Amino acid sequence: MYKYDQYDQAMVDARVEDFRDQTRRRLEGKMTDDQFKPLRLKNGLYLQLHAYMLRVAIPYGTLNSRQMRKLAHIARTYDRGYGHFTTRQNIQYNWIKLEDAPDILAELATVEMHAIQTSGESIRNISADQYAGAAADEIIDPRPWAEMIRQMTTFMPEFSYLPRKFKIAVIAAEADRAALRWHDCALRIVQNEAGEIGFEVFAGGGMGRTPFIAYRIREFLPTDQILSYLQAILRVWNRNARRDNIHKQRMKILVHELGEDEFRRQVEEEFQHFLALGEDFPQAEYDRIAAYFAPPPFETDLSEEIDRSDPDFALWADHQVAAHKAPGYAIVNISLKPIGQIPGDISAEQMELVADLAERYSFDELRATHAQNLVLPHVRKQDLHAIWTALHEAGLGEANLDLVTDIIACPGLDYCSLANARSIPVAQKIAERFADAERQKDLGELKIKISGCINACGHHHAGHIGILGVDRKGTENYQLLLGGSGDEETSQAKITGPGFDEAGIVDAVERAVERYREIREPGERFLDTYRRVGMDGFKEAIYG
Amino acid sequence: MKILTGNDLKTGHVIWWDGQGWSLHVEDAVDAGDRADAIIAREEAECRVNGAYAIDGEKTADGVRPAHIKDRIRALGPTVRPDLTLKPADPNAGNWVI
Amino acid sequence: MVDDPRAGGPGGGPGTLEPTPGGERDWLRFRDDPAPDEPVVTLDTFLDQSNASSVLIEAGDDVRRLAPVLDRVRLVEIDFPKFRDGRGFSSARVLREMGYEGEIKATGEVLVDLIYFMRRCGFDSFAPHVPLDRAEVEAVLNRYPHVYQHAADAAVPIWQLRHG
Repeated sequence: MYKYDQYDQAMVDARVEDFRDQTRRRLEGKMTDDQFKPLRLKNGLYLQLHAYMLRVAIPYGTLNSRQMRKLAHIARTYDRGYGHFTTRQNIQYNWIKLEDAPDILAELATVEMHAIQTSGESIRNISADQYAGAAADEIIDPRPWAEMIRQMTTFMPEFSYLPRKFKIAVIAAEADRAALRWHDCALRIVQNEAGEIGFEVFAGGGMGRTPFIAYRIREFLPTDQILSYLQAILRVWNRNARRDNIHKQRMKILVHELGEDEFRRQVEEEFQHFLALGEDFPQAEYDRIAAYFAPPPFETDLSEEIDRSDPDFALWADHQVAAHKAPGYAIVNISLKPIGQIPGDISAEQMELVADLAERYSFDELRATHAQNLVLPHVRKQDLHAIWTALHEAGLGEANLDLVTDIIACPGLDYCSLANARSIPVAQKIAERFADAERQKDLGELKIKISGCINACGHHHAGHIGILGVDRKGTENYQLLLGGSGDEETSQAKITGPGFDEAGIVDAVERAVERYREIREPGERFLDTYRRVGMDGFKEAIYG
Repeated sequence: MKILTGNDLKTGHVIWWDGQGWSLHVEDAVDAGDRADAIIAREEAECRVNGAYAIDGEKTADGVRPAHIKDRIRALGPTVRPDLTLKPADPNAGNWVI
Repeated sequence: MVDDPRAGGPGGGPGTLEPTPGGERDWLRFRDDPAPDEPVVTLDTFLDQSNASSVLIEAGDDVRRLAPVLDRVRLVEIDFPKFRDGRGFSSARVLREMGYEGEIKATGEVLVDLIYFMRRCGFDSFAPHVPLDRAEVEAVLNRYPHVYQHAADAAVPIWQLRHG
């Protein structure tokens, strides 16, 4: 994985001192919180329901064991012994003291980590396929470009105050594991007929209160022009977006209002301009960065055999293991969704265990996923049983990847000052309802995603079953949505009808799921059945 | 009654105006009446509170309780982590929150 | 490798604040030429009046409209009605890309912590509506030893430093 050189390190170190100075001025009363807020947000520090919350960037979801151990250390030393993995492949801490924040950043900087641009009206952490560099189905590892984009978009002067946040994702496979088209700007590496690789570019996606699925604005962009193209997109948006209504300033609104063709025309015009300015990194810089992402020294002649004699292990292996590009290797998904627990939460001790496993079995590499799970990307199939045993003993051995209990949930009203309703208890109750392993297996792929407010951090628009918490006259109420997807066939979920209270939403989900069981055709997932029969096929079962 | 809440500037702890200063315990909250804005302005300026605001509260047999669920959760802690609330030893401590 | 850690500073040189001949009042002006004293006019008025030389760019204005008359512009004032409105950053950089070398002054709600980025976009004078602390300005201008990308200044991006 990428390693900082003296320049990268100097920039992150400077940011620590910058933030230390900003924090000092706030603590000394030289700034009001109104003035401090945009500054702390640009460094991932929120004021949440119970305390300050710090969001730490995990660029393109990749980290090593040393970084994970540092995250554990921070959880234990400065927080309350745990952290929460987010839907942007980041980690956040819920109980941070403002006076400690600069020291935490200084600790992070020692392991080449930071909180730069993890919040606020800025270009956020670049997300990527969590299987990058390992997946059997990818064209090439997309992370060198993600790292180039990370560098170019760090402290970008012209975009110091964007209209809103801006999210970028990069993948290089047909299968979309990164919710690509729900991003402001999404890049998929493709190969053209001449065998050259380039980017298919999407723009104008996003969730929130006004969801849009990104339009494809470029079929094929040479990879060495991506930085010019991104700047062109950013400039068109920065110059033209509304500034009078914060809810209408995301790029998706501009793309929608200008229309796909006019937006594309303006971007192409700016793109030609930026190309002429020579903004793109040279091949030598790509080569330098790509060398860090060279495949690890995979062993050859490894056994493909997996001893399935232990049924609990076999069940886990069936659900948690994905195909690797190297013979004898596998990708392991670690569920952070044990039944009844908080989705995405992980204790300091568990972080350390996972770090140990990465170091011992996975060439020291870990990934965080947008579905709030972790990945050991490169493990020998012969080590799977040992890994499962260790995970199982640490309470991380759940076998539920992409099943009904692998629920995405935002922190909701238990932690978040923007939330209208709690998300976590709903996720816990649904998981408990469907805990039976046979039942989960029978239901197959079924992605439930829960948000505690319309900002949609829990991706409810993209859930096969989505749940949106709202405030109805001071009490929590939950709307049910069906038919969303964040994969290569992206779709937006639709609301079923009137909302439910907390107990009612769990029952309503079960009625929808049972309806699917009744009417599914062989081989159909929940989403397939929904797409075949539509809302009408479910509505009566849900509302009676 | 109108009660005042905010966060401690340095630690981020949720705090409540008790008439003299800021308390961690909502039970200490007092009615700020029509002085809410003045108190908030003064306390913010002195950096004794961050993001302060006035909310509706009510006096009950067990003490002052915020009217809205959001501030009730703020007052005690996350409902999903009773071990991290202000009263981790008392299993019934959160009964009034939801 | 560059020895002087500030060699990549904003404006193509170390971002320090030298007292200018104009005295204390001008310490936020980073130019040697005399300050234009003609009042600014709006963009529409400027385009109509052939004798004006100072123009006010409001947040929604398209600075590219100045292209045909750029040779008579001596001062562009770019207003920030609120710090949350970042359109002025693009306006300044676009002006520099058009070849404009005269003064670009930031007015309105100018946050001290954004001045470094404004300098990189081509702003070379500042008239914020609330006074700035000189020590703080000096600190923020000198905070970052390098830059990751080109802007309107002469700072050399890290990727260029890496490859000579």
